[in-house]
Amino acid sequence: MKKQRLVMRTVILLLLLGAVAYTIYSNFFMEKAEVKVGADAPDFVLTDLHGKSHRLSDYRGKGVFLNFWGTWCKPCEREMPFISRQYEQYKKQGVEVLAVNVGEPKLSVQKFVDRFGLTFPVVIDREDQVMNAYEIDPLPTTFLIDKNGKIKKIITGTMTEENVKQYMESIKP
Amino acid sequence: MEQVKCECGHVNPYGTVFCESCGKPLDNVSKPLLDMRYEGSARRSQTYNKTIIDKIWNFFSSVKVGVWLIVITLVASAIGTIFPQKMYLPPNVTPAQYYEDQYGWAGKLYYQLGFDNLYGSWWYVLLLASIGVSLVICSLDRFIPLYRALNNQGVTRHEAFLRRQRLFSSTKISDEHAFEAVKDRLAKRRYRIREENGNILAEKGRFSRWGPYVNHIGLIIFLIGAMLRFVPGMYVDKVLWIREGETKEIPGTNGQYFLKNEKFVFETYQKGKDNPVFNAAIDRAGNGAVAKKYQTTAVLYKRVGPVIPGEEPKLKKVKEYKIRVNDPLKYDHYALYQVDFKLNELNKMSFQLIDKNTGQSFGAVTIDLHDPAPSYDLGKGYRVELLSYFPDFYFDDDGNPATKTKIPNNPAFVFKMYAPDKPKGEVSFVAIRQTIEPFGNNKYKMAFAGIDTRNVSALTVRRDFTLWILGVGGAIFMIGVVQGMYWNHRRIWLKRLDGEVLLAAHTNKNWYGLKNEIQTVIAGTGLMMPIDQTEAEKKEVQGGNGHGATQ
Repeated sequence: MKKQRLVMRTVILLLLLGAVAYTIYSNFFMEKAEVKVGADAPDFVLTDLHGKSHRLSDYRGKGVFLNFWGTWCKPCEREMPFISRQYEQYKKQGVEVLAVNVGEPKLSVQKFVDRFGLTFPVVIDREDQVMNAYEIDPLPTTFLIDKNGKIKKIITGTMTEENVKQYMESIKP
Repeated sequence: MEQVKCECGHVNPYGTVFCESCGKPLDNVSKPLLDMRYEGSARRSQTYNKTIIDKIWNFFSSVKVGVWLIVITLVASAIGTIFPQKMYLPPNVTPAQYYEDQYGWAGKLYYQLGFDNLYGSWWYVLLLASIGVSLVICSLDRFIPLYRALNNQGVTRHEAFLRRQRLFSSTKISDEHAFEAVKDRLAKRRYRIREENGNILAEKGRFSRWGPYVNHIGLIIFLIGAMLRFVPGMYVDKVLWIREGETKEIPGTNGQYFLKNEKFVFETYQKGKDNPVFNAAIDRAGNGAVAKKYQTTAVLYKRVGPVIPGEEPKLKKVKEYKIRVNDPLKYDHYALYQVDFKLNELNKMSFQLIDKNTGQSFGAVTIDLHDPAPSYDLGKGYRVELLSYFPDFYFDDDGNPATKTKIPNNPAFVFKMYAPDKPKGEVSFVAIRQTIEPFGNNKYKMAFAGIDTRNVSALTVRRDFTLWILGVGGAIFMIGVVQGMYWNHRRIWLKRLDGEVLLAAHTNKNWYGLKNEIQTVIAGTGLMMPIDQTEAEKKEVQGGNGHGATQ
């Protein structure tokens, strides 16, 4: 009788604890987004400044350094030369950079690209579709995608040149 | 911790105050009246306190703890209204910075403790969850023993039980008719009568006792509904800003739906145009100061084929709708509500290339502020190049022109103007109401010639699959409240003992009503009206204070 009561209490408390833990976990620790580390990076198609379209799934087999940026975003501006320099090193080793501009005029993007002499493809997300799919909140946000198209890491905020180098190293196929 | 066997033969769980069946007090406390709360049953939390599980159980089974949890949650919610919540801060500010700048150390603390996003802060959710746990355990801990006690109650009650009820009388009576008459009258008043050895238990409205527990079940369902909002796909709440003429993906629909904003209309009440009834009110507020209508004329499209973000979507028209405040466009469980707007956002700007001295114009250029062309040929050797464009211009920390956002709130341009007599071109920086000529005095100028604007509408995208659960929970909650409020659980015991009739009664509320009912039932039978022993006691105490100040 006493034992039975203890078991009942334990079971009920465990059930309640489970419900509370699930709520808190799903609310604070689980990426609510479908775009999360370990998941497949959503495919997309965007056009670069030369009119060439880039589809993410075409980059399978290579590591992709997917960077979302805007010309008004100072941290983006700071890290752009780092990305550019490291790209020169790592493109021979199978790492590609895709820089997605968050829907600014082509003119502004072109000027920015010229200013920093960027050689990797810069595409413009005119209609925010890719932004929505990746649920971009702060800029800059960078996704490290491995050769199988899986997201290995999501970085929000500025990176140092050392960071950029490590990240590119980590997605080398 | 043994079970207790009463002299009537009934076996009671440990901790029972008086026998579940006959009501004989099992403890030896000699208070004049029995405490009828929970029918004297053993509230489980108070009887076992051994293991850690029992301790946790007992903590949450305390009503005192439950009330404190609610009070703390209320106070926290109140504090959360002192400064604005994070979601209402102006865009483009860093919350950490904003709270400190605006409200000093208090703001900083507010932010650090998570009051800035109260419903999303872990300790607030933990408080709510604790209230839920407390609800479940409090209810279980009381409902089960109460149910058991009411189910096991005997008809023949011990004399000590009856004498220690609040309403009690004993009458020496030999008239058998009185007993029968009372029984009939009770039955007419919808009492359920149980008889045993010539003793009577008349009971009605036991149903009322379950009210609080039904009510708690409703609350728990409500909390489960609230919890389900965190499950992906159950709840969508996004904002879509969309300009007139634009077709945009509706966020939160996984790229399935697109919306076109045909037109946004903002109307106000106008004197002369509207019903004269409104004239006085219009005068008071000012003509055109009272909003009449916010409306987005929208077309909903569904994407055909696979969803690949960024790809030009193939769209199929689903429906057209005029979205107004509280009149959302609804489709596929999604609802689009009108929530905000921005009138006259700059869309295009025109300039004329003129000779500063003569004012002669050599042609006009119109610049699309969302996608400006790099160069404009005016013919006859006149040409303008756009070197730089800043949609939301400001000077940054280094004193260079820059843009704050991609929205053309304050556009500025760097033009290079070519003319037959200026083949190398002249550079001019043009912003709203200012022109800077960085390389000295120019011959030519880009003179402002006009603007084209568009309205922008903001819509909330909502999908809520938890609403019906909240509705069901709320309804059950109300049923429980009504059940407990509008019914009384009344019991009347009649016991024959040595030529006497003992009459006792108990109710969970409305003693006055019970007394009236007894009076009617026993009228003319010769049975004594029970004395309210609680009130008698009170009078005694008041009478005994020696001053005679009370009546």
